Amino acid sequence: MCVQFFLLIASKTSVSVTYIVKAQLLVVYLPRGRRSIGRTTVPWNTGSMNTSTDEEEFCNEKTALMSAESPSVPLYDDGRGSQRAKESQTVRHRSSSSQINNTDREDHSSSRVSVTDSEVEELSLKYGAKHVIMLFVPVTLCMVVVVATIKSVSFYSTKNGQLIYTPFTEDTDSVGQRLLNSVLNTLIMISVIVVMTILLVLLYKYRCYKFIHGWLILSSLMLLFWFSYMYLGEVFKTYNVAMDYPTVALIIWNFGVVGMICIHWKGPLQLQQAYLIMISALMALVFIKYLPEWSAWVILGAISIYDLVAVLCPKGPLRMLVELAQERNEPIFPALIYSSAMIWFVGMAKHSSGSLSSQQEQDSDEEACNNRPEDGDLSRNTAASENRVGAVEELEEERGVKLGLGDFIFYSVLVGKAAATASGDWNTTLACFVAILIGLCLTLLLLAVFKKALPALPISITFGLIFYFSTDYLVRPFMDTLAEHQFYI
Amino acid sequence: MTVCVFFGCTFIAFGPAISLFIFTVARDPLRVIFLIAGAFFWLVSLLLSSLVWFIAVQISNKENASLQKGLLIFGVVLSVFLQEAFRFGYYKLLKKANEGLMALNQDDTMPISIRQLAYVSGLGFGFMSGAFSVVNILADSLGPGTVGIYGDPPHYFVSSAFMTMAIILLHMFWGVVFFDACEKKQWLSLAVVVCTHLLVSCLTFLNPQYEGSLIPAYVIAFVMGAWAFFISGGSLRNLRLCLTCKDKDFLLANHRPR
Repeated sequence: MCVQFFLLIASKTSVSVTYIVKAQLLVVYLPRGRRSIGRTTVPWNTGSMNTSTDEEEFCNEKTALMSAESPSVPLYDDGRGSQRAKESQTVRHRSSSSQINNTDREDHSSSRVSVTDSEVEELSLKYGAKHVIMLFVPVTLCMVVVVATIKSVSFYSTKNGQLIYTPFTEDTDSVGQRLLNSVLNTLIMISVIVVMTILLVLLYKYRCYKFIHGWLILSSLMLLFWFSYMYLGEVFKTYNVAMDYPTVALIIWNFGVVGMICIHWKGPLQLQQAYLIMISALMALVFIKYLPEWSAWVILGAISIYDLVAVLCPKGPLRMLVELAQERNEPIFPALIYSSAMIWFVGMAKHSSGSLSSQQEQDSDEEACNNRPEDGDLSRNTAASENRVGAVEELEEERGVKLGLGDFIFYSVLVGKAAATASGDWNTTLACFVAILIGLCLTLLLLAVFKKALPALPISITFGLIFYFSTDYLVRPFMDTLAEHQFYI
Repeated sequence: MTVCVFFGCTFIAFGPAISLFIFTVARDPLRVIFLIAGAFFWLVSLLLSSLVWFIAVQISNKENASLQKGLLIFGVVLSVFLQEAFRFGYYKLLKKANEGLMALNQDDTMPISIRQLAYVSGLGFGFMSGAFSVVNILADSLGPGTVGIYGDPPHYFVSSAFMTMAIILLHMFWGVVFFDACEKKQWLSLAVVVCTHLLVSCLTFLNPQYEGSLIPAYVIAFVMGAWAFFISGGSLRNLRLCLTCKDKDFLLANHRPR
């Protein structure tokens, strides 16, 4: 077990970042049939590593708002994506990296844009709110999965050994000793994370992309196959389901292979998002199981501080990573990043109908309808109208929201720990949940104000920790006493 | 103590609130955000009142049952006042935010009106209040046990569920009336809101005589609901038009082009 963990840790470095990306995207609709809805394959590094993953993942939580003027970024995809982007002028509808493009098309964009500044402001406010909700939903889903598992499958809340990164035990006699051990555990964990992050930055700096790519694939393999097999086994044990090995093999094989394809190659956006959420939940569950009590809380606190320092200090590794990626015009490790791109149509340009896939049409309809009713009509007409061959251009502005998987994992760890260890209390879980969501909201607000890379963990984790301890020690006795007498406030 | 009781009580307590959320709030991201912010404000008010109560209990004599009960009553009253204070604070914050948003848009249209904010924040307060009151009870209702085996009221779960529903609806109505009173600077209405909140909470001291607490709570909820309805611009004519599906403005506004 330890060896496997070590291998995972050693083999995986990842970055988790939070972005809100505004990229201008020009789409030229070619004659029918050329419009492909593809996802860029991104080397995706999911947290198959329990501990190792965390390091990388949490190391790099940051929110970066890349400028809208930045030229479209070739996909970081072993060259495949960028080639595809250049040659086929495909439209990435909701691609995970949300940037694709031919720079020459950008010239056309300015002529077509008929958006005034105030419109942009109003749109950006509305879309700011939409971005927040686009992050609330997956974070909530991940937390719900984790809490549901914790409350029903007892395997993840029973203590059964510790990881090698937290070697000091917490079964000590005195409180002081226990505190000391947890602080030492935290120091070891954080230093492993720092080392891994620096290693990652160095690898990225010296362009060892294949190494990183291989690393990511290995870790996602481990996560999709091995950890999900364990999870399935525990769920079956809890519900006493009689299951045979061939069926399990079939299920896990299908789950894993589809996951690898969705994440590392092409797949429907929602399926990819679902896999990312499941992966984050699995990682969070492993953390909840293997991190000892006090160490977990101290680690959460220390990670937030580290995140703050690493992202905001001029020589911080994460900041360097972001700057490197921006210099090279590459997305920062599209792997291990949850993204949900959104397209809306700006400017009533005439356009031909590409062969829209039904999902795309529905999605764009839905979004267009929600945001700009007149454009909703437009996109419907697009599908119905004749195909006009030739240079018909339309300006699409795609704003993608990205959140690093490490953020998902740590939020879920906090809420899961609250569900597992607060004395059977749902109030604590609810309070932590609301606190984390408000923290995320505030972080996104700050992002919109400052427009630079910001860490996503500190505010949410701080609120979460404050609310966990205060609800557990102060509110719970109050509410319990009230419920006993059936008093309502 | 069965799954049936669990589902029944959950739907009784949260049914109206969740339907309101799904049909009126869920589609608009701005409303969802303000709902969650409202829930957060309620949570902070609860935190403060629990802190005060906890300190009071720690420094008091724990053996004295009547003193503890007195402290609990004090805690309830303090909590009510703090909740209303935080509602006022939230109102002030929203006014400032709205002014900021308006200054940002060159035209004078606000993305969300103060009435919508009142409704949404009241609902947020209600959700959190209801959740904190009843979720632990619902979780316990799934497990084994017999209610009232020592002479306690056997209708504990159902009455809790009904009370929670009343409280959630009441918070929503209080939100609307409160914000409107603040807008029009009618401090009397404000005082009425605070007093009715205090009244409903104090009536629960009569539990387990549910006639004394549930029925007045529902009567007050109905009255507050009617008040909020008329404040928001409703009238009997509107109601009649709406119920007979003849309200052209409503139909046109909600008509979604296919």
